[in-house]
Order: sequence, then structure tokens, then C-alpha cells
Amino acid sequence: MSSGPRLFSILKQGPTLIASIHTALDDSQLERFREDLVDRIGRDRARGVIIDLAALDVLDSFATRVLRDIAEMARLRGAQTVVVGIQPEVAFVIVRLGMDTGSLVTALDLEEGLEHLAGATLPTAGPHR
Amino acid sequence: MTSNEDGRATGRGPAEKSRDADVLLPELVAHLREHRTRLRQEWTTRIGDAHLLQAMTSQEVAAETTSVYDNYVEVLETGSVEALQHYARDLSERIIPRGVETHEVVGIVLLLRDVLARSLFEKYQRDFALLNRVLDAYEPAANRIANTVAVSFVDERERVIRQQQDAILELSTPVLPVRERLLILPIIGVLDSERAKQLTVQLLNGIRTHRAKVVVIDITGVPAIDQTVANHLVQTVDASRLMGANVIITGLSPDIARTLVTIGVDLSKMDTVGDLQGGLEEAERMLGYASAHPDGAMGP
Repeated sequence: MSSGPRLFSILKQGPTLIASIHTALDDSQLERFREDLVDRIGRDRARGVIIDLAALDVLDSFATRVLRDIAEMARLRGAQTVVVGIQPEVAFVIVRLGMDTGSLVTALDLEEGLEHLAGATLPTAGPHR
Repeated sequence: MTSNEDGRATGRGPAEKSRDADVLLPELVAHLREHRTRLRQEWTTRIGDAHLLQAMTSQEVAAETTSVYDNYVEVLETGSVEALQHYARDLSERIIPRGVETHEVVGIVLLLRDVLARSLFEKYQRDFALLNRVLDAYEPAANRIANTVAVSFVDERERVIRQQQDAILELSTPVLPVRERLLILPIIGVLDSERAKQLTVQLLNGIRTHRAKVVVIDITGVPAIDQTVANHLVQTVDASRLMGANVIITGLSPDIARTLVTIGVDLSKMDTVGDLQGGLEEAERMLGYASAHPDGAMGP
């Protein structure tokens, strides 16, 4: 696991974790991000995760994969993930290069992401637990 | 001018020629300066005879011919075409909107070349060897000038055309916010790959600017579509989804529908609705507007 300053932040807001990436992360930083985030989901008993990419102007295939993995791991640990703030250029490059975003849920920005989670987690919260 | 070509080839080396140019060009320039008024007059008359520059008034022609003449002689004197290039660009900028054609510009420069060559011929006709050397010095410089002016003019024209193309491209893919969070992109005319690219840029930026949640792309006015453009469209829809917007495509003509099925573009992930009206209804449903009740139209 890489040392040095964290280039991302994970904030807790009610049942939701808000993770912002501040700058392009290298592979080891991305792995650290994944570990930290998945760890926090259990510790904070989060039901939703928002990953904010608004500050990024590039996203490579490894990063795309990590995001997909996080979403899947979060789902297994009981939280739904929404990726928000993808810039137009980034969005088109992801599609252009045929990077597989799988079942990744996306929304325009933080506000939209929160709204989506509110709509998605409340109705399903009852029957599950 | 082939006879000159022959005369040149015999006996005189390049070093001698360049010395000739050094000595003869200043003499030549002095001659052209001395007879400036008469030669310019003759040139103007010949422009009129050839029916060139008819879009311009005689005063304008007089003013432009004077500056072209002076520039021309200056280039002969200095051998540097930079100033002329600059002037030719300015001139083109002024006369292109007046409808002056390429053949006219090239025509007047060639006329000037001929008028001046004729006057040199007159002056040196008694000494045929000297005349040959004068023309040797004069012709390359004169051709360079004609070349420079023509190229500058064409460059300027192309610049204007490019500018107009950009403007048309910009106008050709309007992104219209119809309701809060709902954009419409009506596309009319042939959708080539250049325009499809423009469409993507405009759409994705539009989604961010207007915080759109649903986008309706109406292609009723598109006569045909090829595989590249179809794939591009699919990618645009995917990219929009990554930005959190749903795209509905409306108005696929029978022809386009058949093409898409025939070439096997994967459209299973695309939302399509028959016409724009249906697309808007679908969009409003997605946004949670109750279109049946007018009071619900205020939205969330």
C-alpha cells in the first residue's frame, strides 16, 4: 500500500459516504482508495457511496476497473454506489476506448447522486433488513 | 519566353547572372519609378479593356493599382516578398467581400508584369544581349510576385471559407433547453462524421451546463446514416449516460431503421420513440412530470 499524502477524501454524511478524488491517482493510490473506501463502508455502516470525479480530466482503463470493482464490493457489503461528476471529455473517452463500465450507476453531480441514493435506498431499505 | 530560355542557357553561368541581377535590377527599378504615371495609366487601361475588377469603382481601381504598382517595384528592388505578402492579404481581405474572383487578381498582376516587361523591351530593344540579361533579372522576380499575390489571395479565401464552415457547424447542432433538465437536439440534414463529433461535444457540454437529465435527439430531418455515424451516436448516448443523462432518439425514418438493422449496429441499449411528440412525452414521464395534469407541469 502506498504511503504519502492522501489524494482523496472520504466524508460521512448520514448513511452515505462521499468520496472525492482530487487529482489523477496512480495505480497504487487507486488501490489504497479502494481499500480505504470499502473498509469505511463496513465501519460507518454506510448504505450509499458517492464517488465524485469532478476534478478529474482523465480516467484510464485501470481506474475505470477499480471504480467498477468498488461498486461491486460495496454492493456485496450492502451499499449502493453512484459515480458523479464525470466531465464531458472523460465520458467520451471512456466510451470511445470501449472501457467497460458494466453496471456502474452514474449521475451528473453530487446533488443528483444524493437524490438518486435517497430514491433508491429508501424504498428497498424496509424489506431487506 | 522559350527563346529567352535558350539564350540564357548558352555561355553564362549562375554567378554571372546573379551579378547581373545586382547591377541591372536597380537600374530597372529606377526606370520603372521614372515612368510610374505613364505605366500605371497603361496598366489601368488594360485592366479596363480586359473587363477585370468590374465590381470596383474607377477611383478604387486607381487607388489599388497605385499601391500594387509601388509594392511591385519595391519587391523588385528589395527582393523581399514579406511586405508584399502582408499587403496582398490586406488587399484580399478588402476585395473578397466585393466579389472579386481569383482569376481577376491573378489577371491584373500578370497584366502588370506584361506592361512592365513591354516597357523594358522598348527601352533596351536596340541592345538585344542587354535586353536578354535585363529580362533574366526581371522575370524571376516578377514571377515570384505573381505567385505571392495569387497564393495570398487563395489563402485568404480559404480562411474565409473555413470561418464560415465553423460558423455553420456551430449552428448546425443547436442544443435547446425546453424544460428544466430537458434538452432537445433537432438534427436536420446529412449527419457526417465531422458533424457527429460536433454534436457529441455540444451535447455533453449542454448536459453539464443545463444539468440535463433527459435529452431528446430528433433525427426526423436526417435522410441517411452510415455505420461510422451510427456507432458514434451509440457512443454519444453511452457518454451521456455516464454524465447521468438519459437519451431518447426520435424520428428514425424507415430508411434509417432499415440501414441500422442491416449493418447490425447494436441499438438494444438505446431508447427510441417514433416521433418527437412521443419522445417528449416519454421524457416528461422520466422527469416525473404528469403530462395529463396541467398543475403537475411545474415539475419537481
